Amino acid sequence: MTADARPVPAAEQRSLSGCAHCGAPVPSGERFCCTGCEAAHGIVSGLGLSAFYARRSGEAGAIRPDDEAPAFDPAPHLRDRGDGTAELDLMLAGLTCGACVWLVEQALGAEPSVGRARVNLTTRRLSLRFAGGEEEARRLVRLLARLGFRAAPWTPACLSAAEDREMRELLRALGIAAFGAMNVMLVSVAVWFGDDMGDATRHLMHWLAAAIGLPVVLLAGMPFYRSAFGALAAGRANMDLAVSLGVLATALMSLSETFRNGPYTWFDGATLLLALLLAGRVLDRAARGRARRAVAELLALQQGSVTRLLPGGATETIAAERAEAGDTLLVAAGERLRLDATLLDREALLDTSATTGESLPRRFLGGEPLPAGAINMGAPFRAAVAATAAEGSLAALSRLLANAEAAKGRIASLADRAARLYVPVVHAVAAATFLLWFALLGATWQEALVPAVAVLIITCPCALAIAVPAVRVVATGALFRRGVLVAHPTALERLATADHAVLDKTGTLTEGRPDLLPDPERDDAALRRAASIARASRHPLARALVRACPDAAAAEGVIEVPGKGLIAGDARLGSPSFVGLADGFEGMTLVLREGEATPVVFRFRDRLRPDSAEAVARLHALGLSTELLSGDGPQAVEDAALAAGIGPWQAQASPAEKAERIADLVAAGRRPLMVGDGINDAGALALAHVSAAPGTGTDLAQSASDLVLRAGGLAPLPAAIRIARRAERIARQNISFSFAYNLVAVPAAVAGLATPLIAAAVMASSSLIVIGNALRAAKDPR
Amino acid sequence: MNALLLLIPLALAMGLGALWLFLWSLRSRQYEDLDGAAQRILFDDKDGPGQ
Repeated sequence: MTADARPVPAAEQRSLSGCAHCGAPVPSGERFCCTGCEAAHGIVSGLGLSAFYARRSGEAGAIRPDDEAPAFDPAPHLRDRGDGTAELDLMLAGLTCGACVWLVEQALGAEPSVGRARVNLTTRRLSLRFAGGEEEARRLVRLLARLGFRAAPWTPACLSAAEDREMRELLRALGIAAFGAMNVMLVSVAVWFGDDMGDATRHLMHWLAAAIGLPVVLLAGMPFYRSAFGALAAGRANMDLAVSLGVLATALMSLSETFRNGPYTWFDGATLLLALLLAGRVLDRAARGRARRAVAELLALQQGSVTRLLPGGATETIAAERAEAGDTLLVAAGERLRLDATLLDREALLDTSATTGESLPRRFLGGEPLPAGAINMGAPFRAAVAATAAEGSLAALSRLLANAEAAKGRIASLADRAARLYVPVVHAVAAATFLLWFALLGATWQEALVPAVAVLIITCPCALAIAVPAVRVVATGALFRRGVLVAHPTALERLATADHAVLDKTGTLTEGRPDLLPDPERDDAALRRAASIARASRHPLARALVRACPDAAAAEGVIEVPGKGLIAGDARLGSPSFVGLADGFEGMTLVLREGEATPVVFRFRDRLRPDSAEAVARLHALGLSTELLSGDGPQAVEDAALAAGIGPWQAQASPAEKAERIADLVAAGRRPLMVGDGINDAGALALAHVSAAPGTGTDLAQSASDLVLRAGGLAPLPAAIRIARRAERIARQNISFSFAYNLVAVPAAVAGLATPLIAAAVMASSSLIVIGNALRAAKDPR
Repeated sequence: MNALLLLIPLALAMGLGALWLFLWSLRSRQYEDLDGAAQRILFDDKDGPGQ
């Protein structure tokens, strides 16, 4: 299939209800949802790559070119190879299917400068090699953006989420254990059923099993031994300790049986146990790896560079980490300030909602310190860097978060708490069994060892060790599909026990951006006129106007007076003072004045998300009390609390007060779930029993949180709590089941009735039952 | 007995061969992009995906 002006290809006819490029719903009769998509479609067809649309299977709207997104400058991330070519690694958002991979590789490959373009669909990494320098890199990134793929730097977080060393080690161990289990079984089955086998043959079989089993147990068990050793060094018992002791004791006992040519060796049990457990670990890690990569992707999209003003007046783009104190930065309209800085220009309008929670932009005067994390809502301004990235307020906060994270790591998971009970009891029983046979029944020590170790292996550390991870894999996958990314291993268990929700307002309950308030007295024609003028500006209020009237055509000849307003002929659109009115308006306001006609006032507010009230009601139905904790002014907070149906509210809370409130709740024995998106919430998020951040929030809030709500908004949270609670219940069922199994199996093992065949059957059947039960965790019990 | 002397080493050699292949594929990073590999097989440079 090639691209040209033929009639619409069949594949496109099928998707006529959606945009021909991104697949988002469009009004009937339209082919494209926006001009960006139309342009992208033109590029794709022009390159002869229309076949892309026949196979595209991604989420609708995922590859809509976003002209509001800040432009990403890849220059600081280039690696010069010295021969006129350069390499660039990028994280590519919007890659949802194989066809996207094909499109990107083909579109880049068609560029004469590109030598190599390779996309990894799992990690969203694009590796580029091309001839040229910074300018060429920017051009290629712009091409990607025009196709609808947002590029972001390939950050260390992306790398660590993708280059999963631990995963590779687990896979290696699983391969070895699976090989061992299957090949030892080859020998073991012969021993189990070969009643007529001669003594010498059986001895040969035992030695064969030992030759395969011992190295496998030693190599494949390493992940468990290491974790068990770590726990021992910290003076705790965990599940891995039980597994390690069981496996090693079984291997030693089998070795002793091999030497004395006993009836059976138990190498098959030890290797099978390792293989089953490792398979569980691999699945668990893969489920979380997906969430970790998605979080890293969200964070990478926020990574930014800064524009440094050089003495000669030229500018250069550098990574924020490379800016030094005293450098002069140029902050563009709509750009987020990455570093603490001092304002050099006369005044600036900054949206500090991420740092303080205020929904109204604040005016700063020359010489005032500007907080890192604020967004420039007005004209471009110059600022002097006050502290480098490593020393600034954000870095201090990051260190605080790292400490809180370490504290959370010490929370024992359900499985480890069960292990604390289980390990001493089982080992006491095993020791008693040995003494019983050796001292009372007069067996030799080798003979007494067999039932004692049989107790260890038959008590099913297998089912117990799989019980919780299996549930976690299933529940994490179910939440991933609902747009909830589980970033922390024990997050689900903590979410299930949360009893109080503390919500942030700006950006969490609300959209976090200004929206035009409806006004019945306002003339629709005036709105259309204002929107057509506003199209010329990137100011947040102008964009809100355009959103309110998206089909207004752009007006011609518009001049922007930075930070004040727009002029189009005799019409002026801007702040009240700009159009000649007294500045007595409250809140975010734009005024349109055309010649001598009566000025039309447009008011804006950060509106409640449409699903917030319902989500809060559902949280109440789940038995969670709620409160609103915001840095914004009392009036706005009270309005939002009333509209969302939240009882207690607190306004003008500083970041420290937020964290304090959470600490107080925890001290009072509550288990608070904190939801917030701002830098000012990060401390509270890290201290809370469990925390969640919307995917639209700041990077700091997301990395401080246990859960990230990919779509933004609270809607998936109640379902997440239901699934977490159900998962918790199923995990408990699994653990009780494993204990119940032991009540039957242990007496048999103590009595010396258990053979390796019985142990293998018990191990496999109990694990299957536990896994089968865990599969139920994917269902939302509503 | 003679059969065992032949068949057991043969079975083990086959198992070890498979294990070696698995470890080799792991080391050469063939498990890094399972989603992409599954889709890539459908591409064709000339005609487009799936044609």
